[in-house]
Amino acid sequence: MNAFIPEYLNKRLLFVTGKGGVGKTTVALALGIRAAMEGKRTIVCEVASTENASRLFSQAEVGFREVEMANDLWAMSIDPDEAMREYVLLQLKVKAMRDLLFRSRMFTYLAAATPGLNELVTIGKIWELAQLDRKVKHGRKYDLVIVDAPATGHGISFLQTPRTFASIARVGPVHTQSQQMAEMITDHEQTGTVIVSLPEEMPVNETLRLETELTEDIGIATDHVIMNALYPETFSAVEVKRIGKLEKSDDPELRAAARAGASLATRAGAQHEQLDRLRQMVKTEVSTLPFIFKPELDLKSARQLAEEIA
Amino acid sequence: MASVETVIEDHDIVICAGSGGVGKTTTSAAIALGMAARGKRVCVLTIDPAKRLADSLGLEELGNEATQVDPKLLEAQGVATENGGELWAMMLDAKETFDALVARHAEDAEARDRVLNNRIYQQISGALAGSQEYMAMEKLFELHSEGRFDLLVLDTPPSRNALDFLDAPMRLTQFIEGKSLQIFIKPSGMAARFASRGTGMALSVLKRIVGFDLLADLSEFFTAFSGMIDGFQDRAHRVGSLLADQRTCFLIICGPQGEPIEEAVFFHSKLIENEMNFGAAVVNRVRYRLGTRQVKVRDLTERIDSELDDADLSARLARTLSEYDVLAVRDQKNIDLLAESLDGEPLIRIPYLDNDVHDIAGLCEINKYLFTDEKDRVEKATS
Repeated sequence: MNAFIPEYLNKRLLFVTGKGGVGKTTVALALGIRAAMEGKRTIVCEVASTENASRLFSQAEVGFREVEMANDLWAMSIDPDEAMREYVLLQLKVKAMRDLLFRSRMFTYLAAATPGLNELVTIGKIWELAQLDRKVKHGRKYDLVIVDAPATGHGISFLQTPRTFASIARVGPVHTQSQQMAEMITDHEQTGTVIVSLPEEMPVNETLRLETELTEDIGIATDHVIMNALYPETFSAVEVKRIGKLEKSDDPELRAAARAGASLATRAGAQHEQLDRLRQMVKTEVSTLPFIFKPELDLKSARQLAEEIA
Repeated sequence: MASVETVIEDHDIVICAGSGGVGKTTTSAAIALGMAARGKRVCVLTIDPAKRLADSLGLEELGNEATQVDPKLLEAQGVATENGGELWAMMLDAKETFDALVARHAEDAEARDRVLNNRIYQQISGALAGSQEYMAMEKLFELHSEGRFDLLVLDTPPSRNALDFLDAPMRLTQFIEGKSLQIFIKPSGMAARFASRGTGMALSVLKRIVGFDLLADLSEFFTAFSGMIDGFQDRAHRVGSLLADQRTCFLIICGPQGEPIEEAVFFHSKLIENEMNFGAAVVNRVRYRLGTRQVKVRDLTERIDSELDDADLSARLARTLSEYDVLAVRDQKNIDLLAESLDGEPLIRIPYLDNDVHDIAGLCEINKYLFTDEKDRVEKATS
């Protein structure tokens, strides 16, 4: 394997963020595969309830448990309800007390109504996965926890949750634990972020904004920007002109080829302009991943991308 | 199949729903522009337009109030509005809308400030899951009651799941019902007598986990909210009814990939289940098939080469068409699936244009496909 490993894969916790639809899940998985190939025990987590788990995860039947996907690679889908349950189980050792709480109507209200509680227990679970001294029984030790974070918009507030709770709850276990989570998230030695972008106007703008918000509002360092699904520049300008000749061909398939060629060239040109714009405007280092011409991206595509990660 | 105009002509609210990254904002803006060009006074409520789109509409300062797009900007792109059409746009600010809502429902200034100054409220009013969605509906409701516009087009907030939008009123109500907590947290008077012994024990267990401090803060938060609950619930109910009203119709916006199509199918079934009006599905970025046969790369390379006399270029071009076709075949297969579940209801395919859409000219380009019939669409997309 490539002797070079991206610096951000040496963290303990890595958040993969970005606008909806940019391919965060695939990139998170590709990063996980890459880290595992380098011999790091890695877990890739998605933040979702069982009803809206992504295709990639649900196909692999990943739920609220650590599922081994390949050598050194695990995956987990973090459902907030399950995370809450596990948290209570860890806090209360006496079964009678837990039963009392789970049966209590007040507890159900509290869990449903407290703003941000779902996010807090979700991050709590992520934090727990990243501990060398795992809280759950027989917990595996991971070198790296990769999180497919919720789409931005909700994303920023998601990462802010521990700090919010640490300041609202002034004492008690929630305060202490939120404080620990917030410290870990903002500790750049341990935690990093990768922003996934697409070579289009809006995702590039969003990336610029996200970089500012992450670094300035939350105090999380951004380690890398991955420009995903970049079209290849298959044809030179001269070649595009030559291809243009085919548009007048009698053969409909040659006309179709000319059209497909021209379309690819135009798109690729526009995409590389967006890539240049991104490179000029962000402070973070940028690398690219190619567009994959396949009907659906699966584990195999993620493996293919893993090899491309620079 | 129908033009989007025939789909929405009998409605005064159009809600564009779909998961993130499928082109909802662009589609909403295009529809609003197209209807303004057809003589309607239209307002598009958007969440987060691309800066270049906002700029091209002359809306650098897009705020929580509707702003009219200068007709001169539209005329410059050949969009005539002398028939009375107007295009307005506003950007939704969830926090500002939430604050306004609190101000409306508060009994007095003191009650209002108690909520607005509460630390928990400040943390959550912009970020609470579902609050963006609910506030979008709230603004829609407000504008609709004012009756200033013939048509309102709502671009729903970005979320993983289109269903989040429909769930929002329920979730907000659930959240407000947290009032029940205060009865348990600060038992006094009648409530204390009815609070069961089990609850008291559960409470003490809970205190050990969360800490009394957080509970006290929450209690204060819900107490501050308690006077407004009836107003909020009534409002949530009315907003919910407006969504189900005959005057409202939903467009499902999606992309042609498997996941968005699956979600569109699911969302459509939920709309029907909830007795909401479904208008049409708009599938963006569709790669129309350019030929009907399966591409045989080697054979095609030879034929191109006989024209271009460049084996390497010919091979690359043949591969390009073959790669395009793989995606076009996938798009067709997915769209067939969607069409099947729509059972004859309108489905509009917008082709994958060569250029990104972020200005009025781009919206006009999209409208060539939105505002026409299926036959013309196919012709334009494949010619």
